[in-house]
Amino acid sequence: MMEKGQFTKHISQQFNEELENVRQRVLTMGGLVEEQIEHSMDALSNLDPELSKEIIERDEKVNAYEVSIDEECTRILAKRQPAAGDLRLVVAIIKTITDLERIGDEAEKIARMANHIALSMDNVMPSKKQFGAVVHLGAHVKTMLHEALDAFARLDVEAALAVAQKEKTADKEYNAITRQLITYMMEDPRSISAALDVMWSARALERIGDHARNICEYVIYLVEGKDVRHVSLEEMQQLAQKK
Amino acid sequence: MTADMKLDLTPETANNGVNLEALKDEKITLEVEDLNLFYGEKQALHNINLQIPEKKVTAFIGPSGCGKSTLLRCFNRMNDLVDIARVEGAIKLNGNNIYGPDVNVADLRRNVGMVFQKPNPFPKSIYENVAYGLRLQGINKRSVLDEVVEWALKGAALWDEVKDRLDDNALGMSGGQQQRLVIARSIAVQPEVLLLDEPASALDPISTLKIEELIHDLKDQYTIVIVTHNMQQAARVSDYTAFMYMGDMVEFDKTDTIFTNPSKKKTEDYITGRYG
Repeated sequence: MMEKGQFTKHISQQFNEELENVRQRVLTMGGLVEEQIEHSMDALSNLDPELSKEIIERDEKVNAYEVSIDEECTRILAKRQPAAGDLRLVVAIIKTITDLERIGDEAEKIARMANHIALSMDNVMPSKKQFGAVVHLGAHVKTMLHEALDAFARLDVEAALAVAQKEKTADKEYNAITRQLITYMMEDPRSISAALDVMWSARALERIGDHARNICEYVIYLVEGKDVRHVSLEEMQQLAQKK
Repeated sequence: MTADMKLDLTPETANNGVNLEALKDEKITLEVEDLNLFYGEKQALHNINLQIPEKKVTAFIGPSGCGKSTLLRCFNRMNDLVDIARVEGAIKLNGNNIYGPDVNVADLRRNVGMVFQKPNPFPKSIYENVAYGLRLQGINKRSVLDEVVEWALKGAALWDEVKDRLDDNALGMSGGQQQRLVIARSIAVQPEVLLLDEPASALDPISTLKIEELIHDLKDQYTIVIVTHNMQQAARVSDYTAFMYMGDMVEFDKTDTIFTNPSKKKTEDYITGRYG
């Protein structure tokens, strides 16, 4: 069982600093990715090509974080041969940043969709109502990510479990959006092109929810040393809370 | 490392980290039952209960003075040589208490071989070092000795390096070679158990890896118990690990579990290099 602040108690002060530093950088990367989601929602609802462009460019920065944190983890493994909780921290970080990078890619995808819709103005525009549902889903998965990172920062298993529960809602909202868009497309085939872009954006958001849940699984692994991937929510809860 | 570390190691909690359940699929060679050891007034081992599985490597880790070498030495009654040492409880080798009244200690030590931190070959030829145990048993027939010496040196991964100079003095070998020679000397008498007390701590990294490789090969035939200060070495070579602290057995479990998800905070603190 991990305890908060335990990464600062090594005999080697340097090792403390290395672990704390890499942990902080994961949180910084997470913050950047959160922003990317938020901006992609703005770009989509305002059909703002400028903002879209910025998001696409900023994804490079997310990628760079992934590469450099990965390198740092490799260095720690080689130099320190971490064990137990330290080892699980490094492993959890390596996995977490992969999911964060993917989330970044999904946000970039949404920005591209927003750009595409904005630039094909001859299409029949999707209504505000459709965007409303997508933006709502966006806010939901962004909260999931925020809380997942919070659980990671505080080594909080309960919080991680709570976030994982929220994935169901994301799936439900995604399915509702899909059904709605299908109706629109059937009513007016001219809306198909834009509706597909909206659909892909919703799909990207649903994936972000999946990645946020993955991060929660790594938090449970980090704190409890239990692998809760590929199990149902109920099993996850049982595993995480069984001492 | 101190008062705080001692706190939750009261006798009631000291043994609850010993997960003998992990051994349920193993055949047990050595059983330690309620073992207490005193050096004069001072108690060095507190109520140890433990099992050592057959043909597996069990590592004892812990800080200096935690009792790991003392416990290891109990397995072939080396502590008998210490006047002030007094042992209570039992250690059973295949079910028979080695502290029983009719135990022949010389036979026991032949059956439970020991290798020390510093290689201690005799100032004799390489050949005679390996043959020594057999000569003690009265075996002097050259053809038998030749066969056993070759077999033991091959078993200790040393044969190819020394086969052309078996008559050279063993003290002219490198430290790593000497240590493997000592292992060859131990296995020449075909013991059941090999006790290794910091076998690689005086060796360079390459010789250390050779010894570790050898340990891995030897466990097909012998039950091995190793004491090591090098935690990564314990992680590399052992199947089971016991963490000791101040004479208590704090935690025993599969090595994989100890090094990825130990159940005791004391164990975690030790293997990750923390003081509470």
